[in-house]
Formats: sequence, C-alpha cells, structure tokens
Amino acid sequence: MNIDKRLVRKDSLEKLFDILKQNSKAIYAPLSKNGKTTFGNAVAFETISDGYVQTTQSAKDIAFPRVDGMSVRGIDLNEIPEVVLWGVRPCDATGIGELSSIFNWDYKDEIYNNRLSKVTVFGFSCSKADDYCFCTSVGGNPGNTAGSDILFTQFGEGGDYLAEILTERGEKIVGLAPALFENSETDDKEKFLANVPVKFNHNEIREKLDKFFESKEWIEQSLRCLGCGACAYVCPTCACFDIQDEAHGKNGSRIRCWDSCGFSHFTLHTSGHNPRDVQSARWRQRIMHKFSYMPERLEVFGCTGCGRCSRACPVDMNILENLISIQEVTV
Amino acid sequence: MDELIKRAKDLLESSVVKVVIGYEEGTGNKTRALFVENAEDAGKLIFDSRCVQNLAAYITKKEVKEKGKMAIAATLPVMRSIIQLASEYQVNDSNLIVLGITPESKFIEFANLVEVETFVHKYQIEIDARNKEMLVKLEKMTQAERWKFWVDELTPCFKCYACRAACPMCYCHRCTVDFNQPQWVPVASTELGNLEWHLMRAIHLTGRCIDCDACYNACPLSIPINLLTKKMLEDAKEHFGGYQPSLKGDHLMSTYKPDDKENFIQ
Repeated sequence: MNIDKRLVRKDSLEKLFDILKQNSKAIYAPLSKNGKTTFGNAVAFETISDGYVQTTQSAKDIAFPRVDGMSVRGIDLNEIPEVVLWGVRPCDATGIGELSSIFNWDYKDEIYNNRLSKVTVFGFSCSKADDYCFCTSVGGNPGNTAGSDILFTQFGEGGDYLAEILTERGEKIVGLAPALFENSETDDKEKFLANVPVKFNHNEIREKLDKFFESKEWIEQSLRCLGCGACAYVCPTCACFDIQDEAHGKNGSRIRCWDSCGFSHFTLHTSGHNPRDVQSARWRQRIMHKFSYMPERLEVFGCTGCGRCSRACPVDMNILENLISIQEVTV
Repeated sequence: MDELIKRAKDLLESSVVKVVIGYEEGTGNKTRALFVENAEDAGKLIFDSRCVQNLAAYITKKEVKEKGKMAIAATLPVMRSIIQLASEYQVNDSNLIVLGITPESKFIEFANLVEVETFVHKYQIEIDARNKEMLVKLEKMTQAERWKFWVDELTPCFKCYACRAACPMCYCHRCTVDFNQPQWVPVASTELGNLEWHLMRAIHLTGRCIDCDACYNACPLSIPINLLTKKMLEDAKEHFGGYQPSLKGDHLMSTYKPDDKENFIQ
C-alpha cells in the first residue's frame, strides 16, 4: 500500500491540537514535572514538552492503566473518551502492538481492547537518541511506522513535519483538518532521524537463552538489583497485574493493579513456597520472558529498545549492557 | 582511593571477608554497587562525589548475606545506617568490617562498630538548606494548601517501591503493604493508597531514618518523598531532643520486647 505522505507546517500543529480538542478528543501528550517528562492530559498546546529523548513512563497506561476496574458488567465503551496519544516515540508505538499480543494471546482482554479502540496514536520520529536507546537491536528504528496511526517526522530542528498517514484512524484525523495536511514535495525523512547503532543480534540472544537458564551470569548481573518494580512499571510491554478486592463499607470492587516480576512475593505461593526465591531468578525471568518466551509464544519480542528500564533503575541495571554480556558469554 | 583498594585486597586475600561492597564505574556517567569476591578485582573499586547510593541497603539482602562476612565502603550516611542496623540486631562486628570514607573523602579504618559509632557521633544530622527552605514553605501553607501539595506530588506514584528497596532501614521480610489477607494498606496506587503508603513509610522511619535521601534518589519519578522523613526528623528534634543512631539501642520512637510472641519481626 502506498502511504499517504503529507506536509504539516510547524505552526499547524497547534491548530491541529485545537481542532482535535474542538472535536471532543482528549489529548495525552508528554508533560514535564519535577524534571521528568511523562504522558498526561494536555489542556493546552504550549504545555506539551519537546526536546526529550524519551518520556520517563511509557504510554501503555492509556489502555492498561496502573489501576483498572474489573466490573462484571464489562466496560461501557461510552465511558471511555476518544484519545489522541500525542508525541509517542516509535519504540512506544511498537510497544502497543507487543502489549496487545499479550492481552489477546488466548483470552481476549475486553477491558484493554476497548480502551485501545478509542486511541489514535500520533508517533513522532526520533531526531536524537541517548546511550540507553537500542531500538535498532530489536528490530525497530527511530522512524519506524509500526503502531502509529500518523507518524510525524520533523525536517530538522524548528522545521516543518512530514506526516505519514498510516491507518484509517489516521485518515479520520486528516478528515477533521484537511487544510493542515498539505501536499509534500519530499518524503525523505532518513537524514533527520537519530543514529542508533545496532548493539546486539536479538535472534542470537534468543537462541542462546534456550541453553542459558542455569547460567551463573544471572547471579552476577543481579546482585546489585534491589528488587523494586521501576523497570516493569516504566516498560511499554510489561503487562503483569495483580487482582485485588477492595472493600468499602458494604460495597466492594474488584480491581487490577500493575505488578512486577522483580518483587520478591510475585510468585509466592499460598503454601509459603516461592519458586523464585532469589533476585537472580526474578531477573532471569524478566530477560527470558522478553527475549525467549514471548518470541516463542507470541512471535514478538517483549522489548522495544526504548531503554527506559535502564534510565529508571536506581542501581544502574542496564539491560543493554546485560544483553550484550549474555551474547558474549560462552554457554 | 588506593587505600580502600589495598585494604579490600588484603581482606579478601587473607579470607577475613568473603565480599567487599563498594562502588564501581557504571553506565551513563553513573556509579553503582560492586561486590568484590576476588582480590584481583579490587582494582575496580572507585570513589568520587557521584557515589551516593546507600550501600547499607545490601547488608540485609539475602543473596549478599549468604556470601559470608562482608566489608563495606562506607560514607557517613552508610556508617549511620550501619549503626542503626546494628542497634536493630541486623549486623554486628562478627559479620561486617567498615571501610570508612570521611566527608573529606579520606579513608578511615575502624577496629569495630563502637569506633564507627564514635566517628558518626562527631557529626549531627543536618538537613540541607534547599530542603530546609522547602520544609519552611510547607509549614507556612494552610492545611488545605499542604494537602493539595501532597496529593499533587504523591498521586503520580505508581508504587514501584524503589524508595523502599533503596532504603537500608526497609528490610522487613514482608512489608505491611504486601499483605492482602487482610489488606492493611490499599494495594492500588490511587490518591488514597499512595498517601497511606507514604505516610506509613515516613512514620515507620521516624527515629530510624538517617536522612541519606536514598528514597528520593531512587524514585524514578523524582517525587520529593524525602521531605516527609525530613519533616519527621525536624519534629523529633523539636519534641524528643533529636536523633542520632546509637548502638545502645535507645530507640527514639520505637520499642520492642525480646519475648514478643509475634514472629514476623526478625
């Protein structure tokens, strides 16, 4: 299929923002607080951050919020607002596909799917990267179109944007503001993209992991891991949750809350036995799940190379460094 | 830190300790914890102003403890944590050697924890000017303003518990927030659930928190949760004469009975 490529002038973005608002769309965009940039409800165009390499948290909570109700009545589609996810990096847009594959592996998760059905993704290509980025090592790239409904690529700093209209949802947005999507004379975006060198071969890692379960490398890598959930909670593809029943007087509610395989009690059985009783077993699970189990069962890798887990880790557990050392260690 | 490296090497070569905990060069201009088990790796140890993680958090970690007797590169906050941990029977002279680093970045050797305590007591725990100013600002707010401040700050918390994990004093085998039958504190990271968690944490740490900022430094969202423990430190000073960790175990705000029939306290 030929992708419809348009020119969106720099000044048109604000107009587009206003038109989307007029059409009752909530806009979730990167906002800054306490020196961190993360997705939130943008009330005005000027509150949207730019210049960030990556947001602290991924955009996954738009379809998989950290706390979500699990009503037996199901979820009322009318209660979910139409949302435009604005400023999503290609690694996050890809992550939505990976997350969806988990939520539709066997059981089709109605709550997740309904929430996602209301989301239009505005991807923004990366013009810069940092040392934690490794999208190109896991099959992505800084201008990857996967997962976006429209992908914007800026023609250099301060320049206009190339808009690639990738889906029907994207076309609907163009339909709301056709004048802002002008004919583009050029569609060459490559030279404006960040340079992210390939650091490892993910297929080689996957093959190696088949024989790596008992390796001492896991212990060496994870001794400094403190067992918090920061890596899982900022990850665009971590999907684990814990179901809780909360009592409020005579009423109660069933909710699901994010959970993390890094926590010591994540696999604690009611008998008191814990099959993953040390941090190295939990760290191994994290890597195996993303680079071995997910490709085997879902035919996708559970990592988009966004590098968030490494940036968020309080003790410098750097996933890229650890993957490279797995590739280098002889089994 | 040649002296630190030399001492670490000696301790490992002579098998006095099984592991030396210190800092090494990390990624992205960060430093991180290093666990040296072989004397030839001692050269990887570094120390500079970037080394602020409170390494005392590893003393009570199961996998580290299991290695045997340890030595630890300890800055003043780490030494304070060690004294507090010792007063809570989590560590003693038979399982730990302290390789001190003074606030002037000088290596200092201690024969035992009593000497560490004497050194620690030379310095008062002082809240830094920037945070002190923030505490004054909070104090001047009306109750409603202060409530709004904390709701705004704490609502984004997604309960990754990095603050708990990074804190040397949060070593409970099973934290109250991890119980769900019965559930004492809401698991959900909602406005109420977050407030309950952070207030509980601050109160549990009063008279134990040595003001190292490990919780704040660990927070991936940079939520200023250390203001809560700093405020408790100030209040403890005002009402109870101040806090200084002590081997005597004259705990400022807590009490215990050795014959307590509950077995969750270890």
